[in-house]
Formats: sequence, structure tokens, C-alpha cells
Amino acid sequence: MTTDSPSEKRLEELREQAWKDGVVAGRGVDVAGGPIPRKPGYYGQPVVKPPVWTWEIPIYFFVGGLGGMSAVIALAAAIFHYVDLARAAMWLAAIGVVLSPLLLILDLGRPHLFINMLRVFKPQSAMSMGAWILTGFGACVVPGLIALELHVLHTFTGAMDQFVRIAAGLFIFGSAFFGMLLATYTGVLIGATAIPAWFLHRALLPIHFGIAGLGSAAAFLELLGHRIAPLNAIGFFTAAVESVVLVWLTVDKHGAADRAIHEHSSGWLIRIGEIFSGPLALILRFFGLVPFAAISFLIGALVSRFGWIAAGKVSGSDPESVFAAQRL
Amino acid sequence: MIGEGIQSTNQRRHSFVQDHVEVGFFTDPTVCIGCKACEVACKEWNQVPDDGFTWSGNSYDNTGHLGASTWRHVMFLEQDRQKGNQITGSMGLLDPQSTIRAPQSEDPFRWVFLSDVCKHCEEAGCLEACPTGSIVRTEVGSVLVQNDVCNGCGYCVVSCPFGVIDRRPSPLPDAGGAFKCTFCYDRQKSGLVPACAKVCPTESIVFGRLDDLRARGAERVQQLQQSGYNDAQLYDPTETSVRGIHAFFLILGEPEAYGLPPKPQVPTIYLKSAWTSAFATAVVSIIATLLAFAFFS
Repeated sequence: MTTDSPSEKRLEELREQAWKDGVVAGRGVDVAGGPIPRKPGYYGQPVVKPPVWTWEIPIYFFVGGLGGMSAVIALAAAIFHYVDLARAAMWLAAIGVVLSPLLLILDLGRPHLFINMLRVFKPQSAMSMGAWILTGFGACVVPGLIALELHVLHTFTGAMDQFVRIAAGLFIFGSAFFGMLLATYTGVLIGATAIPAWFLHRALLPIHFGIAGLGSAAAFLELLGHRIAPLNAIGFFTAAVESVVLVWLTVDKHGAADRAIHEHSSGWLIRIGEIFSGPLALILRFFGLVPFAAISFLIGALVSRFGWIAAGKVSGSDPESVFAAQRL
Repeated sequence: MIGEGIQSTNQRRHSFVQDHVEVGFFTDPTVCIGCKACEVACKEWNQVPDDGFTWSGNSYDNTGHLGASTWRHVMFLEQDRQKGNQITGSMGLLDPQSTIRAPQSEDPFRWVFLSDVCKHCEEAGCLEACPTGSIVRTEVGSVLVQNDVCNGCGYCVVSCPFGVIDRRPSPLPDAGGAFKCTFCYDRQKSGLVPACAKVCPTESIVFGRLDDLRARGAERVQQLQQSGYNDAQLYDPTETSVRGIHAFFLILGEPEAYGLPPKPQVPTIYLKSAWTSAFATAVVSIIATLLAFAFFS
């Protein structure tokens, strides 16, 4: 028999007390499987349901953020006459437009009913807004890319070319509008839920997801060979903001309520992700190691998205965090 | 009410759906005997598949929690709390020298059974979150998932402050969709009482007009407190953004022990701050990008 465990020690104390006084005061020992449960809540059962989403969703957050913010870069590139960059960015946005719905449909419980997403327009549902934002983004990116290519390849001349140029401009503007919403709404999507680790950081999540999207777009374009000063500047800006997000998360703790983002493997994923896209990317960029900074940022952006979904699962399964969040 | 026989609201036919009357469930654990007839009746009527035959090791409750295939769940609590007028005291000897035990004294202990169900919130998180319009509010104020519309996006699952609704996993029948208590809308349309209330042998589950039930609940709490159940209270979060529930409960002690959130909030209240942050980030992103191109070109 070991006397190391606290319960064994307590038993010893009780025996001694019984021997000396003839009565035992105070609480005894909780036996595993004993009659009075000591787990939080109802036998430690989750109070809210953890998300059912699998790997498709964090990858969608990454792809949607990258694609959406690519359109923003495409707009700026078009305005400042970086034609090749605008083309590359629009192609990235178009790849995002193809991949995003595929990932979302793959995650549905009933993929064949995906079109029901466009059955209603519901401002109070971030998921409904997301479906419409993605639809609007697709409706702008595809014609925008076609018009841009037609213009750049000089398919038409004269008035027709002028028309194509204006159409490209308008559609790229629309792409940028929907793109910046596509990159940020995902923060609202998980921020406006009953999961404590998520809703406690609802103000931070859109900032983190949006800026990670912008940085990912710039980093990916740099890796495609567009090593230009404006993208480098965006790289500095986004890595700096992500560093601030890392500090914010370290400071803005809510005890048991959001422990899923500070502890467990989910906490580590978020932290490692933030270090890669924050300070590490910043330092690498500072020393001029642009490709390494870009890769670091992309890894960080992807890993932290997985971290946030994992944190939702941990937090949703943890009854104490739900109670703690409501006692705040 | 017991003694009313077939005149009880749990037994007689009604026309609440046709008359657009708000209805509810009042669940009273102090008369529940834990027979789980409600669980069985619910499964039978709604043809809900089994959710696994597992031994939880938690008291006599092997159902565990509400979910896609569990729409009624009888909780089984064992607490070291005083039950009603139970006379409690130390189980120790009266006098250290004597071997005679005090016959009237015992450790405080009670069993509580509570049949949990979808709360049918006044402000329902699942209904607000549903992007397909699959989840609707019925004429009687209940919240209903239209199974043929649901595409299984899973957003209602994380939007329910009570952890009720869930997506049904494969290979169960109708897998992929979100499921929860329907308040037996099909039965109610035909003037029938929901299956769980119909079979409840002690009328621990009472079905009826919401106003009547609220009055009845308040009366029952008073009655229990007079007979020594000092910690009897109603669980109906009318003060929070959920603004009350159609299926409300009488509980002994704190809601946490039943896995009920003490202050449930409908997640739509978080939208304003989240969208503000999202719009601000979007604007900052586009301005920062334009500035980067303007100054570093």
C-alpha cells in the first residue's frame, strides 16, 4: 500500500482520529466510483456542445482569408499599375473561390443540400452572411479575373477594350469589398457562439483572422516571385499586428473560462501559430530573409486557425469554463 | 394535475396549434421517480435511433446528455444535501464512551431525478444561427428543426447555450442533419399531448399553456419551501438575453449541478462587437494596403 496519495494520507488521518477520539469529524475520502460525484456540473458532462467541424473548416479559414485579402491587394496593385501583381493576386482569389465552397460543402452533414445556404438572407446569422459574402466574392472574382486577363492580353481593341478595362476595375473593386469581409467574418462566425473560449475573444478574432489573411496573401505573392517593397511593407505591418495579438492573448486571460486557449494542445497550437506569424516573421523580415518570413507567416496563420478550432472543442467540452464565463 | 384523471392537461385533447396558444413543459423533479418512460416514449413516437449502449458509471444514468438522438434525458443526481424535512446530524456516536447510535440522525443525502429536454427558448440561439431557415418557431412558440431543409452545417450546435441540439453522426438513420426535441409538433397538430408528458406516470412532466404552467411552478416552489425544501427554485432564465424558456424546470439547489448554465446568453448578443471589429479590420486592411503601395512604390 502506498501512502503517497492525498486520499491515502487522509485515510490515515481519519484512522488516527477515530482511534484517539472515537468519532470522526469532517469529510472523508472520495472513492473512485463512490456515491457522491465530485466532478464539475453534472458528472462532468459538457454544458454546451463542442463544434462538430473537422479539418475542412480551419483550412477554409486559411484559404478564405488568403483569397479574400488577395483581392484587396489586387485592387491596390491595379490602382498603382502593378499589372502582373494584380493578375497573380486575382488568380489567388479565384483559387480561393474554387477551394472555399468545396471545403465548406465537404464539411456539411448533408453536402447535397448545400444550396439551401442561399435559401434565406439572415443578418443575425454569421453563417448566412458568410454564405452570401462568399457568393458575392465569387460573383466578382470570376468575371473580374476574366476581364483583367482579356484586357492584359489585348484581346480587344478600341471601345471594347475600354469596356473590358472598366469592367475589370469594377469587378476587382467588388472582389476587394467582399474579399475583406470574407477574411474577417470568420472571426464573427466563431465569436458569436456559446463557446466560452471563442465568445470571450470575439473582438480579437476578426482582427486576428483578417490580418492573418492579409499577411498570408502578401506572403504567398512574395513566394510567387513578387518581391516588391509594398508587399514587404504589408508583411512588416501584418507580422507586427500578429505580435500584438500574441501579447493581447497573453495579457487578456479569463481564468478557467478561456483556459482552452492558454492550456492544452489547443493553447499550444494558437501560441506556436502566433509566434510564427508574429515575432518570428517580423525578425526574419527585419533581417531581409523575406522568403523565410513569408513561409513562417503562412505556417503560423494555418496553425493558429487549427488552434482556434481545437480550442473551441476543448472549451465546449469543459463545463467549468462555461460556468466560469457566466460568473465573470 | 394528479387526481384530475382524464381532465388533466397531460391527458385531454386540445387545439393549441389551431388557437396559436403558447405552450410549455413544466418539469418537477420532486415527483419524478426516474422511470425513464419519457425517454422511451420519445424514442418510440419520434423513431429516434439508439445512441449507443454504454455504461456511464455515473449513478444509474446511462443516457448521459441530450443530443441528436436523445431528446429526453432523465438525470440522476446523488447529493449529500438535506432532502425536505429529513432529520440530519452526525452519523458518529452520541457519546464517545457509548456505543448507542442516535436513531433519528443520518447524513444528509438525497436522490434527484430531472427529465431534461430542449428548453425551446424565447430567444433561441439555434434558430437565430441557422443559415438555411431550417429551424423555425411554431404557432405554439416551440422551436422546430425542419429535417428536410437542414444541410448539416453544424452552426446551431455551437449556438445553443444549453448544449441541446447536435448533428447526428453516421451511420445512424438520417445522419448528417441537426436534431433535437420537436415538442411533438406532429402530435400537437392533431390535438395530442407530447409523448413524454402523456406517459409520465407521476406528472413530473406537465404539458399545458405556458401562463398556467408558470403559475403552477411558482405555487409548487412555495409549497416545497414550506415543507422544508429550502433550496427549491424555478429554473427559467427570464433575466438573461434568452428571455425565458418554454420548457422550464423546478430544481433543488444550484443549476450547475444539473449541467444547466446559471446565466445562459443567446450568442446573437455578441454580434455587434464582433461585426464592429470585423468592419474595422476590413477598413484598416484596405487602407494599410493602399498606403503600402502609395508610400513604397
